[in-house]
Amino acid sequence: MLRQTHLGSSDAGTTPRDMTLGQAKPGFKGNILAVDPVGVQGSLPEEELERRLLEMGLVEGAEIEVLHQGLIRRDPIAVRINGRATFALRRREAGAVLVVPA
Amino acid sequence: MSHCAEAPENGAVLLADNTARIALIGNPNCGKTALFNALTGSRQHVANYPGVTVERKAGNFTTPGGRAIRVLDLPGTYSLRARSPDEVIARDVVLGRVASEALPEFLLCVADATDLRLSLRLALELKALGAPMALVLNMADIAKHRGIVIDTEKLAGMLGMPVVASVAVRKAGIRELLAFLDERVALGLPAPKPVPAWEAPDRHAMRDLQRQADTLIAACVTMPAQTYSTTARIDKVLLHPIAGLVVLFAILFVMFQAVFTWAQAPMDAISNLFDWFGVLAGHVLPDGPLLSFLRDGVLNGVGSVVVFLPQILILFFFILVLEDFGYMARAAFLMDRIMGGAGLHGRAFIPLLSSFACAIPGIMATRVIDGRRDRLATILVAPLMTCSARIPVYTLIIGAFIPDRHVLGIQLQGLVMFGLYAVGIVAALGVSFIMKRLVWRKAQHDPFLLQLPDYKMPSPRSVAIGLWQRAKAFLKRAGTTIFSMMIVIWALCSLPLAPKGATQPTIDYSAAAWIGHVLAPIFQPIGFNWQINVALIPGMAAREVAVAALGTVYSISASADDPGHLGGVLAAHWSIATALALLAWYVFSPQCASTLATIRRETGGWQWAALVFAYMLALAYGAAFVTYQLACLAGLG
Repeated sequence: MLRQTHLGSSDAGTTPRDMTLGQAKPGFKGNILAVDPVGVQGSLPEEELERRLLEMGLVEGAEIEVLHQGLIRRDPIAVRINGRATFALRRREAGAVLVVPA
Repeated sequence: MSHCAEAPENGAVLLADNTARIALIGNPNCGKTALFNALTGSRQHVANYPGVTVERKAGNFTTPGGRAIRVLDLPGTYSLRARSPDEVIARDVVLGRVASEALPEFLLCVADATDLRLSLRLALELKALGAPMALVLNMADIAKHRGIVIDTEKLAGMLGMPVVASVAVRKAGIRELLAFLDERVALGLPAPKPVPAWEAPDRHAMRDLQRQADTLIAACVTMPAQTYSTTARIDKVLLHPIAGLVVLFAILFVMFQAVFTWAQAPMDAISNLFDWFGVLAGHVLPDGPLLSFLRDGVLNGVGSVVVFLPQILILFFFILVLEDFGYMARAAFLMDRIMGGAGLHGRAFIPLLSSFACAIPGIMATRVIDGRRDRLATILVAPLMTCSARIPVYTLIIGAFIPDRHVLGIQLQGLVMFGLYAVGIVAALGVSFIMKRLVWRKAQHDPFLLQLPDYKMPSPRSVAIGLWQRAKAFLKRAGTTIFSMMIVIWALCSLPLAPKGATQPTIDYSAAAWIGHVLAPIFQPIGFNWQINVALIPGMAAREVAVAALGTVYSISASADDPGHLGGVLAAHWSIATALALLAWYVFSPQCASTLATIRRETGGWQWAALVFAYMLALAYGAAFVTYQLACLAGLG
C-alpha cells in the first residue's frame, strides 16, 4: 500500500523515478523513501523483515550508498548507511527498501 | 548493603556478599568484549566478527575505591528483539528470565563511539525497561582521531542517563569508567526487578526509537566532512567481485600450505621428544608389562596425537587473525551466493572454516546464524569438513602408501591430501544440496543481513590468548580422553596374557584380537583387517585415537625389540586397496563422540545427532566399499 502511494506520487511529479535498493548499482547514492516489505519473498513474515531492516538503521530519510556487489547475479550488496556503518544484504531483501537517488 | 538484592522472584542464585552485579550489553563489534577483558583481566578471546561472543562470560574485579563488582559480558545484539540463540540470552538476562543468572543491578550499554546510531537505539530500548544504566562510549580514541566530537554532557542530559567515555584496549582508557562505577555503587543500587510484561517493539516503535537516536546524534555529535576511510580503500580490493574472491582463495591456499609446511619442524621435534622418552623408559625400566604399558600404551598413544598440535595451532592462528582483522564478515559476503547454490547461508562460511580445525567450535559458531533452517543445514555438514583430527590418519596412510614423487610437477602426496579435503567439501555441499531438495523443499529463504565492521589491526594479545585456549583444550583432550582410551586399548591388546610357550605375539591372544575378529564379517567387504577394526572402536572417542590405537596394536604385535615406524609396518601389512578404503572411510565416518554430543546440545535433541551419525556412517561404508572393490579390480588388492 505504502509502495503504491509512493509510486503514484513520483509518477505525477518531476522527481526521479522511485526504485528499490535491490535495483541499485554500486556507486548509487540516495535516501531511503520507505521501508516496505510487501511482496518480498522469504522465510520471514513481512513485518519481521521490516523490523530487521530497521534494526540495521535503514529508516526513512537515512542516506544510503551502494559500495559493492557480489559476483553471482551481482548479489549480495554492501551498503553504507548515513556515511558510517556498512551492512551486507541480498538484493531480494533490499527490494523492500524504496530509495530516491540523491 | 543497600545494593545487595533480595532474592528475585525467579529464584536466581545470589552472591552471598555485597558484590555489585553489572552487565555489559551492546551491538556486536562495539568492543564490549575488549572492555570486559580490560575490567576483569579475564582471559577471553576478542574478535571482530559480529556475534563472536557466543557464551556468557562473567568476571570479578575490584574498583580503585575497593568496591567488589561482578560483571557479565552479554552476547552482542542490535535489539532486545532477540533473533538468534545468542541474542535470546542477552535479552533474557536483562529481563530477568534466566533462572541461573541473577538479574544485573546495573547495565552498561556499550557503544562504538565512532558510530552511535545503532547503539543509541539499543540504549533507548533498554532505558524503557527502567533499569539503572549508563552509556559507555567505547573506542573514544578512534572517534577523536577521526575528528568526531561528541558532547557527552548534552547527550547524557537528553538521553537521561550518565555517559562515560572509554578506550577498552588501553589500560588508562577505563580509568574514567572505574571512577564512575565507584561513585555509582557508593550511591547504592536498588534491588532489580524482573520485567515480566515486556513486549518487543513493533515496527512503529523501532522507527520511532531510531528517529530519536538520530535526533540525539544530530544534536550532540559533530561529524567531520566525510573522507574515504582506510576500510573503504581496503574493501575496494577485498570486496571486489573478482579480485575479492581471488584474494579469498589465495588466503585459503596459503593457510593450508602453511599447515603442512610450517608445521613440519615442530612436529618432528615433538615426535623426537616422545621417541626419546620411550628410549629413556626402556633404559630405566626393566622389560615387562609396566614398560610395555608406558612405552607402547602411553607414550606411543599420546605422542602420536600431540604431534599434531603445531598443525592445529597454525590453522587457528589464521582463523583468529582473520577474525580479529575483520575479514571474516567479508568472506561471508563473498561466499554467500556461491554457497547459496548448495543451500548454505553466507554466514555458514565461518563455522565451516572453523570446522577445518575442529567441528565442535564450528558447530558452536553456527549460533550466529539466526535462521533455524540455515543453522541446521550448517550443523549437518560441518562434520564433513576435514577437521585436524583426520590429519593424523591421512598423514599416516598417505606417508605409508602414496609414493613420494612428482606428477606433472605436483607432489603426489600433497595432491592426495588436497583431494581428500576437496572430497570433504564437495560432500558437504552435496549433502546440503540434497537436504535442501528433500527436507526443506518448501522452505523459504532466510535473509542475509550482516554488518561489515571496520578493519582493525589484529591484537597480538587476543590472538595469543585464543591460541593458548586452543592449545590448552587440545592438550587437555590428549591428556584425558585420549590418554584414558589408550589405557583401555593397551589393556585390551595386552590382556589376557599370552599362554606360556606361545609362539605368536601377545596381541593374538588378547581381547582386542577377539573383538577385531568378531567385527571382521562386517568390515571385510571394505577391506579392513582385524587390527583396523580394533582401532576403529576407540576412534569413536576421537578420530586421531585410531592412529594411536594402530600404533599400540602394531607395536604390541611387533616382535619385542623392533618398534619400527608405524607407516612402514602398515605398508608391510596392508594392501593399497585397504589403505585407500580406510582413507575413504575417514573422509565420511562419524567417528567423534564429542561432535555428536555437541550437535545434540546445539540442536536440542538426539534426532539431528542421530541423523548425522546415520548418514555419515552410510556414506563412509559406501565410499570405503566402492574404493576397496574398485582398487581390487585395478589389481591393488
